[in-house]
Amino acid sequence: MTDATYNSETTSALLYLNDISVSFDGFRALNELSFVIEPGEMRAIIGPNGAGKTTMMDVITGKTRPDTGDVFFEQGKYDLSTLDETEIATLGIGRKFQKPTVFEMHTVEDNLQLALKNDRGVKATLFWSSSPEQETRLDEVLETVRLKHLRHRIAGSLSHGQKQWLEIAMLLAQDPKLLLVDEPVAGMTDVETMQTAELLREINRTKSVVVVEHDMAFVRELGVKVTCLHEGSVLAEGSIDQVSANDRVVEVYLGR
Amino acid sequence: MTSHPLIRMLDRGSTLFLVLLGAFAIAIPVLNLLVPATSSLHVSTYLVALLGKYICYGLLALSIDLIWGYVGILSLGHGAFFALGGYAMGMYLMRQIGTRGVYADPILPDFMVFLNWKELPFFWYGFQNFGYAMFMVLFVPGLLAFVFGWFAFRSRVTGVYLSIITQALTYALLLGFFRNNFGFGGNNGLTDFKDILGFNIQADTTRNALLVISCLALGLCFLICRAIVTSKFGKVLVAIRDAEARTRFMGYRVESYKLFVFTVSACMAGVAGALYVPQVGIINPSEFAPANSIEAVIWVAVGGRGTLIGPVLGAFVVNYTKTFFTTGLLAPYWLFVLGGLFIGTTLFLPRGIVGAWAHWRAGVKEKSEAKRSAEAEDGMLPTRGSPSTQPGAAE
Repeated sequence: MTDATYNSETTSALLYLNDISVSFDGFRALNELSFVIEPGEMRAIIGPNGAGKTTMMDVITGKTRPDTGDVFFEQGKYDLSTLDETEIATLGIGRKFQKPTVFEMHTVEDNLQLALKNDRGVKATLFWSSSPEQETRLDEVLETVRLKHLRHRIAGSLSHGQKQWLEIAMLLAQDPKLLLVDEPVAGMTDVETMQTAELLREINRTKSVVVVEHDMAFVRELGVKVTCLHEGSVLAEGSIDQVSANDRVVEVYLGR
Repeated sequence: MTSHPLIRMLDRGSTLFLVLLGAFAIAIPVLNLLVPATSSLHVSTYLVALLGKYICYGLLALSIDLIWGYVGILSLGHGAFFALGGYAMGMYLMRQIGTRGVYADPILPDFMVFLNWKELPFFWYGFQNFGYAMFMVLFVPGLLAFVFGWFAFRSRVTGVYLSIITQALTYALLLGFFRNNFGFGGNNGLTDFKDILGFNIQADTTRNALLVISCLALGLCFLICRAIVTSKFGKVLVAIRDAEARTRFMGYRVESYKLFVFTVSACMAGVAGALYVPQVGIINPSEFAPANSIEAVIWVAVGGRGTLIGPVLGAFVVNYTKTFFTTGLLAPYWLFVLGGLFIGTTLFLPRGIVGAWAHWRAGVKEKSEAKRSAEAEDGMLPTRGSPSTQPGAAE
């Protein structure tokens, strides 16, 4: 790759993946995958099951180490393949899981309180007490995801859609530079889906977002550049219309 | 999270617990020392020692609950920390015997003379000093927990694997301490204690004082635990228990949290062991037996994990039952009772005694609150989005 975008030294990209391969017991989950996210960009990732979408997120967040290839963050400043989950989270990459994972035994407020950008050290949390700025920030986030009226509810008692939003709220509270959102609308009603698209667009005003999603109506609603993965590498990239008109994409993913 | 830390720490249950513990610490010595033996209210010295022992078990259970109930680390080797604290205290008590031992050696404890040792092993140095011994009571279990935890948590050993390794840890120590050349009295352990800080260890007043000190230690450790679990740190612990990966991706260094709380817990177990030894008059390798650690976990399960009060109650209930069933006609059936208790708790009382009670109370409270807040939530609904998008609010 001699292309200028695929040079870790000179890249302007926020997230830069080049030639990533990952194998599990002989199965190639990612196969020489390359792609970049520019600062401020929102990108939708689609692709059939087993295309490597979640593995890609695992590589970016440090859960899985790539066998080969480069993962760089912030104009090539940080090599993510040498950092662990905690360090990567601290750099400003937030992740929402496929299955909504909130802290079920905590209230909505406590969930967000834990997520708020703060010193994550043992000593800091032992002697921590809230401040007015923190409360304001918390209110803002609750407002953004429309969960204000559920502030004192135990997270475990929320509906599926509300949990998804709470998790997005937790991401927001972390104030990351890049959000990785894995299937945010799975199991949501149509109205909730559209609201989530709106929410993500709102978030995208200040942050870069990567969304993995199967719901094509939702991806269309987002109206952003789409990358289709297949068998661990990029099959097609472009606007939703371009990608959904691509013969290979229709063949392996969308169906005729 | 917004209320004052002290108010959060001392909720109604905790205050009640501390008041009861205080009343217990006053009542028992009064009933033993001041009420004449002929009175039906008199508490025998035997019972004082027994109750003091239970308090130590309660403290051990508390220390297990801190890590099991709040971070989900099921240690099946906490008896090891308890025993190490006990040995540190035992070594101090051995050095206090001096020339009153069978062999009347001013320096060497009897078992060393018996083994023909000529001088004190280096790791016995300093134990004649009470302050140093007390430091070791905290330091040795704490250090072991720190080193063990450092390796285990960094390698992300969790769940049943961690439990098995903790069992192996205590078993390894059991085998080590059984050996004579280990330098801790081998099979027989340390016993024949004479006095502690100059007070006769057999005297009624000393026994009562030890009971009171045990209660104080339990109360203090309880407060430390409450401070930990009600802080933001405690919320991170619960977050780790319920969704470890999520916590990690949020930027928390999970292993540091586990390591800190595991070490604190081990120190508490060490204190429990140190207070236990002068009250029972002996410490031997059987305290390291894996079964002991498992039994302590049963106390926590029966009392209710994640409640702090429950485990103390559980330790009392199970041990009282044990005392009842291991004396007299019922003696052969104790292990059946213990097994039955564990199975029964798991099946019918998975939250334990205190947990079940708290759950029932919360249910009653929620019902009455749901009624009141239903109208309030209805009012909030139309602020943003259409009503159909807020399924939770309509419930």
